[in-house]
Formats: sequence, structure tokens, C-alpha cells
Amino acid sequence: MIAENIAFGFVALAMVVGAVRVVTTKNVVHAALWLVLVLSGVAAIFILLAAEFIAVVQVLVYIGAIIVLFLFGIMLTRAPIGHDAGLDNDQRWAGLVVALLMFGVLASVLAKQFGRVHVNASNVQRTADVANSVFTTFVVPFEVVSVVLLAALVGAVVIARRD
Amino acid sequence: MLLNQFLILSAFLFCTGIYGALSRKNAVLVLMSIELILNAVNINLVAFGAFKNTPVGQVFALFVVAIAAAEVGVGLAIVLIIYRNRRSIDITSVDSMKG
Repeated sequence: MIAENIAFGFVALAMVVGAVRVVTTKNVVHAALWLVLVLSGVAAIFILLAAEFIAVVQVLVYIGAIIVLFLFGIMLTRAPIGHDAGLDNDQRWAGLVVALLMFGVLASVLAKQFGRVHVNASNVQRTADVANSVFTTFVVPFEVVSVVLLAALVGAVVIARRD
Repeated sequence: MLLNQFLILSAFLFCTGIYGALSRKNAVLVLMSIELILNAVNINLVAFGAFKNTPVGQVFALFVVAIAAAEVGVGLAIVLIIYRNRRSIDITSVDSMKG
């Protein structure tokens, strides 16, 4: 139990630093690389919660595919590789106030509602249970998601095509 | 492990993403902030799934990952076409619909 909490502390610290750097760094490529750190941290959190399948999916889809897409987007839009002062707009302080206010509200509500509730990491949801749930209860949403992915693929090609 | 430690971490990621989406000028960085928000939601879903001892949380997180992949694909295509038309992806300058 104590080992889990120590692991959580390290992972959470890395994720907090990475997330703050993603939204504050002056370099677009560095933002993408800090995002890799945050996404790996999320995968580690899933492992801590005994959700190994979703952790593997997180690594494959996010770190494997979405970060590569982001790097392609950065290269194709020829964003200056290197220090760039003009990445923040003039609503930065208003945005900071909104984010801090929201975090305060969320943290106080969560602390009040789930003060000393424990997660029992021993009740593991096996991948077989997840698969059963996907292909019985959620089979219609699953098919709809595949149609959504197809539509997004075709839509991305149509939008980005030179004609 | 307390349930709250996952929920507070997720709330922090969510608020960081909100700040990034509001304060960034580069459209690719706004999309990255939206990814932070979606990951915060995923942590919440999986944590509550483990708390309630049900696989439904993981199933919902899988759906969120699929939708996020579709969203990034279409979003980057839109960013590319903005760049092609305006030679810049500064979203504060994309204001031709402003009254």
C-alpha cells in the first residue's frame, strides 16, 4: 500500500511539472515532448489502478499516434523551431484566474465529497471483463465509434486535400 | 490509495488544460491543451471504475481515446487549411466572423 502511494507521488509530480510546462513553454516542439511525459504519467496511473489494457492503449494511441500527428502538424505549419516569445495571447491572466478558480472549486467539492474514500486496488477489472462489456452492453456505441472514426478519417482527408 | 488523490490530480490536469486552451495563440498548442483535458477525464473514469468495481469506467475511457484520435485528426486538418489560407496559425488573427 505504501509503495503504491510513493509511486503515485513520483508519477503525479512528473505529470504536474509536465502539464505546467506544456502550457507555459516558449517552444512548440518542447511542448509536444512535455506532453509525452504527461501522457506516460497517465498510462502509469492506469497501471496503478490495475487497468492494464487501457494503459497499453494510452501508450499506443496517444504516444504512438497522436504525438506523431502533433509533430507533423508543427512541421507542416512551419512553426519556428526554437525560442518563440509570441505563443501566448493577451487573455493569459484572465485564463489563469479562470483556471485557478475552477481548480479551487473542484478541489474543495472533491475534498468534501470523497474525503477519506479508498480505492481498493485488489478488485482488478480484467481485460476479459472489459471486452465482455464492450461486446455485450456497449456493442452499439462501439459500432457508432467505428463509424465516427471512419467519418473523421474521410473528413480529414477532404479538408486537408489540395484541389 | 485514496480516491481523492486521483480526482485532485485529474482536476489539476483539467484546469491546466483550460488555462492552455484560453491563453495560447498557436492553434497546435490549443489542441495539445485539449488533449490534457481529455486525459484528465480518462483518469476520472478509470478511477471511478476501480472504485465502483466495474469495467464500465475502462470502456468509457476507451471510447474517449477513440474520439480524441478522431478529434486530433480533424483538428490538425483544419489547422493545416488555416495555415494554407493565411500563412499563419495564430488563432487570435482568425476573426473574420467577429462583428
